[in-house]
Formats: sequence, C-alpha cells, structure tokens
Amino acid sequence: MHFSFSDDQDQFRGVIARFCRDKSPTSQVRTLMASDLGFDPEIWQQLCQQVGLVGLHLPEAQGGSGFTAVELGIVMEEMGRHLLCSPFLSTVMASTAVAQAAGADECSTYLSRWAEGKELATLAVCETDMHFEPHNILLKATPVDDEYRLNGHKRYVVDGHSVDVILVVADTGSQLALFEVAHNAAGLTRTGVETMDATRKLAQLDFQDTPAVFIGALSPAQLGEIYNTLLVALANEMIGGAQALLDAAVEYTKLRVQFGRTVGSFQAIKHRLADLLLEVELAKTAAYQAAQALAEQRNTSEMASLAKAAASEAYLQAGIQCIQLHGGIGFTWENDTHLWFKRAKSSEVFFGGPAYHRERMLQQIIESAARSETSVAEEINT
Amino acid sequence: MSDVNPDNVRSEVRQWLETHWDPSLSLVAWRNLLVDSGWAAPHWPEDYFGKGFSSALASVVDEEFNRAGAIGAAHAGPRMLAAVTLLEHGNHTQKTNYLRRILTGEDSWCQLFSEPGSGSDLAGSTTRADLNGDQWVVNGQKVWTTSAHHADYGLLVARTDWDVPKHQGLSYFIIDMRQPGIEVRQLRQMNGHASFNEVFLTDALVPRENLLSEVGNGWQVAVTTLAHERQSFARSRGGTDTTQLSGTIYDEYREELAVANEPYVWYPQRAGRVDLALQRAQETGTINDPVVRQDLARLLILSRTAQWTAARGRAAQQAGKPQGPEGSLSKLAASNIARTAARLHTDTTGPEALLTGENSPHKGIIAEILVSVPAVSIAGGTDEIQKNIIAERVLGMPKEPRFDKGPFRDVPRNVNVSEI
Ligand SMILES: Cc1cc2nc3c(=O)[nH]c(=O)nc-3n(C[C@H](O)[C@H](O)[C@H](O)COP(=O)(O)OP(=O)(O)OC[C@H]3O[C@@H](n4cnc5c(N)ncnc54)[C@H](O)[C@@H]3O)c2cc1C
Repeated sequence: MHFSFSDDQDQFRGVIARFCRDKSPTSQVRTLMASDLGFDPEIWQQLCQQVGLVGLHLPEAQGGSGFTAVELGIVMEEMGRHLLCSPFLSTVMASTAVAQAAGADECSTYLSRWAEGKELATLAVCETDMHFEPHNILLKATPVDDEYRLNGHKRYVVDGHSVDVILVVADTGSQLALFEVAHNAAGLTRTGVETMDATRKLAQLDFQDTPAVFIGALSPAQLGEIYNTLLVALANEMIGGAQALLDAAVEYTKLRVQFGRTVGSFQAIKHRLADLLLEVELAKTAAYQAAQALAEQRNTSEMASLAKAAASEAYLQAGIQCIQLHGGIGFTWENDTHLWFKRAKSSEVFFGGPAYHRERMLQQIIESAARSETSVAEEINT
Repeated sequence: MSDVNPDNVRSEVRQWLETHWDPSLSLVAWRNLLVDSGWAAPHWPEDYFGKGFSSALASVVDEEFNRAGAIGAAHAGPRMLAAVTLLEHGNHTQKTNYLRRILTGEDSWCQLFSEPGSGSDLAGSTTRADLNGDQWVVNGQKVWTTSAHHADYGLLVARTDWDVPKHQGLSYFIIDMRQPGIEVRQLRQMNGHASFNEVFLTDALVPRENLLSEVGNGWQVAVTTLAHERQSFARSRGGTDTTQLSGTIYDEYREELAVANEPYVWYPQRAGRVDLALQRAQETGTINDPVVRQDLARLLILSRTAQWTAARGRAAQQAGKPQGPEGSLSKLAASNIARTAARLHTDTTGPEALLTGENSPHKGIIAEILVSVPAVSIAGGTDEIQKNIIAERVLGMPKEPRFDKGPFRDVPRNVNVSEI
C-alpha cells in the first residue's frame, strides 16, 4: 500500500497547525500545566466551534464529521508537535467509546451535546495496567430499578477530575458495558493525581454505590477497537512531538559554538541526528500507516500496536538526544525541552509500553501467518 | 495523455504479448523485438527505446510479462547503473550504441570507481587518463569491482587534471574491458564468494568518443551513478519467474542469469533474510523465548516501516510533492535491518550458528547471512558517509571541515599508492 496525504488533508493539517502554533506557545503550555484544569476552555471551544473536532473520525450516521482515523491522526500530530493543552484526547476517548457501545441515534445525541466544547466527557477503563484487557476490568455494575450502581475504582482517567461526564466501562456480571456517570453523582470521589507530565491531567475515581446510566454492552472486540483507535491517535500525537524535538536539536546545535565551531559541525552529533531522523521518519510512517489501516478496518490490532511501539521508541530517543545535545541548559526547568521529554516519557507507558505492544503485534502476525497456512492447506485438501 | 492509465497499459501490453511473445525465438532475437517495441524499458524516454512511463506504470508492464511467462529485458548486475548514467549524461551516439545491448543482455558492465587509496573519497581517485591523439591512455588500479570478471564495459572514473581541486579534475569514461591493457583478478571475500575484483589498468585505451559528458565533469556524472546505486539497496528487482517453464529460450535465459547473477547469489543473505526470521524462530522453538519474541518484533517493525517509508517517499514524488527526507534513508535503514536480522538469526540458531556449509541450517544459508551482512554498510557508500550526507543535505548541518582544498597534486593522500 502506498501512503500519501491528499491535498485536502494537507490543507486541513495547515489549519490545525496554524491554530496550535498561535494558541500554544510554550509560555502558554507552562501556564496551563501549572493550573488545575490544565487547559483554556475558551481556546478549546474555539477549536470545537471553528474546526468541529468532536466526532471528527466518526461516521455521519453516528453524528460524526465523516472523516477517518487519518484526519484524527493529523490533528493529534499537530497538537503533539505544539503540546497543545486541551481535552481533545479525553473527548476522543469518550466519543470513540459511545460510537462502539451506543446505537447511532444515541451516539449522535452524545456528540451533539459535546460538539460546542462546553460539556466535557472522558472515558474510564483502566484499573491496574492500561491495556484495556477485559479480565482486568473489575469495577462492578449492579442493576437497581431502571438504573445501575457502580462500585470500584478507575485509575489514570484523563481529565477525570474536571470533566462533566464520565463514561465508565464496568462489569455487570454477565458482560462488560459502558455507563454514563455525572461528575456530581452520589458516591463518586474524584482525586486529581500529580503527574510527571503536567500537561496531561489524570485522576483517580472511586465509586461507591454511584448511580449510572447504561449506554450499551461492549464486547471484547469492541473494547479492542476502542483501544486500537486510541493507540493510533496517541502514536500520531507522539510523532508530532518527536519531530518537534528533532527540529529543536538540529536548530540548537547549528547555533551553539564550542572549540571555535558550531557543535553541529562535529560528526558525533551529525551522525546522531541522522540516526534520529531515520528513527523518527520510520515511526511517522508507522503512525500514518496505522491510521490508514484503521480507516480501512484492516489488521487494526497489529498495526495499532506496531505504531505505538515504534512511536514510543522514537519519541523517547528524540527526548534523550535533544536534552543531551543541549548540554547543561537542556537539564534546566527554564529550557523547553523537558516539556516534550516528559510527554515522551508519559506517552511511552500510556496505553501500554513498547514491549507490551511488540508482543501484541507479534501475536497478531503469528496468528495471521497460521491462518494463511491453514487456508492454503485447506485449499490443497479440497 | 488520457489513454495512459494502468488499465489501458495492462490491456495494451497484454495484447502485444499475445501477438508477439514467441518462446521459439533466440533470447537475443526476442529481446531485440522487445527493445524495438518499447516494452523492454517502458520507463525510459521514448527517444531511447522506452515509452516515458512512470515507475508505477512500468510495474504494471512487469506484472503482465510475469503473467504471460514472457522474458523481459536483461536486468542482472550493474547494467542498470550504466543505463541510467548513459541516459542522463550520454550523447546521442553513445545512447544508441550502448543502451540496446544493455537491454538485450549482449553486453554486461561494471563500475570502476573504488581504488586502493580512495573508496569513500571517490573524488580522490589517482587512476590517470592522458590524452594521446585520439585515445585516452589509462593507468592505475581499481578494486572491489563487482562483476568485472564478466564485464564487457566499465564505467570508469579517472583523473585528467592534477592541478585543479580534486572534484574538478575527474572525467568519466566508457572503457572496453576486453583489451590487453586490462587485467582482472578475482578477490575472495570474507564469505568465501568471489564477486568483486582487482582491476589493473596499464596503458589501457579509451577512444576519445567514449568520454561521457565533458572533460573535468566526471564527478557530476559519478553522482548520478551513485544516487541510483544507493536507491537500489532498498529495491530488489524481480524478473519473470521461469522456474516452472520449459523451452530453449527459457534455458538460454536461465543460463544467462546463472552467469550474470553468480556474483549476487549471496545478496539476499547480506540483506539479512528478514523473510526467514519468523520461520526460524518457529522451527527452532525459540519463538517461546520472550527475548526472541521482542527482538523478532523489533526486526519486523524496522523492516516494515523502512519499506513503507520508501513507498511513502515514492508516493509523495508521484503526487508531485516536494521530496521529503524519506528517499535518502533507505540505505541506512537497510544496514540497520541487516544487522538486527543477523543478531536474531544467531539467537534463534544457537550453537548451530557455529556451523557452515551444506550440512548447516538451511543448507548454509543461515551461516551465509552471518558472514555477508557486514557488506551492506560498506558497499555503495558506507553508513558513515550516508550519515554525513543525511545530516548535511537533509538536516542542513554544517559541512565537514576540509583538508583537501586546492590543487589535487598537493592534497594529502595514502602513501602506498603509485605516484605520478
Ligand atoms: C560487496 C562490495 C561490493 C563492492 N562493489 C564495488 C563496485 O562494484 N565498484 C566499486 O567501485 N566499488 C565497489 N565496492 C567498494 C565500496 O564502494 C567501498 O568499499 C566503500 O565506498 C568504502 O570505501 P573504502 O573501502 O575505501 O573504505 P574507506 O573509505 O577507507 O573507509 C574506512 C572507514 O572510514 C570511514 N570513513 C571514511 N570517510 C569518512 C568520513 N568522511 N567520515 C566518517 N567516516 C569516514 C568509513 O565509513 C569506513 O568505516 C564494493 C564494496 C563491497 C564491500
């Protein structure tokens, strides 16, 4: 398959890139990361209303914009490049989940509630690790009258301390299902946690007989598709960040003079940057291909995990090298490199680390190799 | 040009093959027919045996040849390096004289660039060419010249002026390899094969009209050859699969390939044989080792993303977008892939990696991988040179400080090289 962005997609990228560049200078990032909320509601609403980001990657029949994971990837990449602080990831998580669990009309209703960027929503899945595996979802949902009551806890909930609506994946005893919980529901305790990457706010949520509205059942396959979408979104965000770090390292080493020459003229540094360029370009390709595969519903688990693993390694390398090539100033709080470095570190483990995703990808590859062998064998036998 | 689309091309070539493909012809007779039709090299310009197709359209043509079991133009060895260089820098006579016989397979070529004293630093060549009447007289030595022992012609870089800066004193020639002034000695490589050679040039002659481009323009011409060579590391060229087909033309073709491809039988191994990686892990049981699984996954990610990155570069080019960095990275990626693959093959093979030859795993193929991979990061420009190029051309980093400015005569160079 040959991958190339269309002219429309390039134009769309231009719009998002300009917005992020204008609205997210690092001075702004620093202000927002020190705030409790973690983003500027006015900027977020502009973005929603001017560009229509909510439901971007979902079909029109479900109330989305009818674009695909490729456009979602473009937005994430540009946001990642500029570290735009916004509730976009939590919104993508919530909208992707309702699209899987709810009927088309119901999904449209949710998306229209969130479209203006005023009501905010997130998705709470993880309790122990961040792998979205059904057997690790222990939070109980018990029917009471025509409602449910939730008991248990969720961790690493993106923007969980500040959103209006929390979509919760819980176990009803017979199946997994998606529930809606209001931010002020009885028995819900929301605790913002201190995060190493302060540009991404996380919360712990505790549920004690918390009333919840049933949205729909979630099969393991549906949960897997939500996961794959989020992996692809995150991988695309990560390659944007990795490119920003590479650019910063190139720019700085071309200016900084030691021993009577720019440090960028030393071959040790040129070669390291060439290696990094290769790693970043390969990860970009992985992220683009995975978005395309998701759009075409092709090998989604294999491709999503491949992209997440590749992006994790490349972003981390970019972080390490960019700090190293800045020398002492790179280790200061004042220098901006650590903002991306921390996003690289947190993204590396977010939704599972690279070793987990290499294994997940490999299992898919082995299974499909076995499948194609059996189908050949069957053909020969018949 | 509305009629040039994949579907039309497919039906046109199919029709042409139905009428013309004749396995009872001799190989050269068939290929001459092919060259006249333009189907031998459809991506070449229309004035020179081609049809001016894009590479995407040309691959449609390849598919149809394969489907019909029809033999295409000769493609083995460095002949395509010669072809692209001639197409870009040759004059009309040179193109008409040499291109046809490249395609028919009657002539084969080699690349006389590297010398004992100058490999990466190709512009430091000390092989000299001096004009004497209507002939250039060439003296010097080339080395690591792949396929020189089969070649009819060589692409020769030699120094024609010692008193100008080194890049300006080179010229590029077509040299007849079958002449008394040329002695070719095969060199044995660390993997036991003998694909490359030493070539000694002693008063070897090049007629004046075999100068390519201008005197002093050799460096620019060489850059064309090298650019093509580096790209070819990421691509493997196919050719019609004739293993199941019988008939004299197929026998002739297979014999041609056996000779022409003999220096390259180990090339798939030097690329690391990623295609065998999963199979080896499964058949040795090492697939159950979590460390092997991680390394295998890393290798597959590396090799797939490298392939897709090259495709992304080509797709952008075809869509008429500005050339991104993707195209420059293939060769460096190929080295990383080969090295990663060789390590994995060692791990999956275990103590049997101590063995070599027919009775070792996969009839010696695994052992051959382990001792062939080191060539990838040297041949066609070393990794270090690739990184310099990427850093300077793609990332815009400062150039290396130079100690070789001024007239070449005064530039420091290796001591043991025959002096002028
Ligand atoms: C299998 C094979 C086939 C070949 N076929 C051909 C052929 O057909 N025709 C032909 O002409 N040649 C051929 N070559 C030769 C090949 O092009 C050269 O070996 C290669 O360009 C390196 O040159 P060298 O061997 O002189 O190494 P050197 O240039 O001496 O390099 C030695 C080391 O120094 C490093 N180095 C050199 N310059 C720099 C620099 N500026 N910065 C940092 N590091 C540097 C190199 O990377 C290398 O690690 C072949 C080689 C091999 C292995």
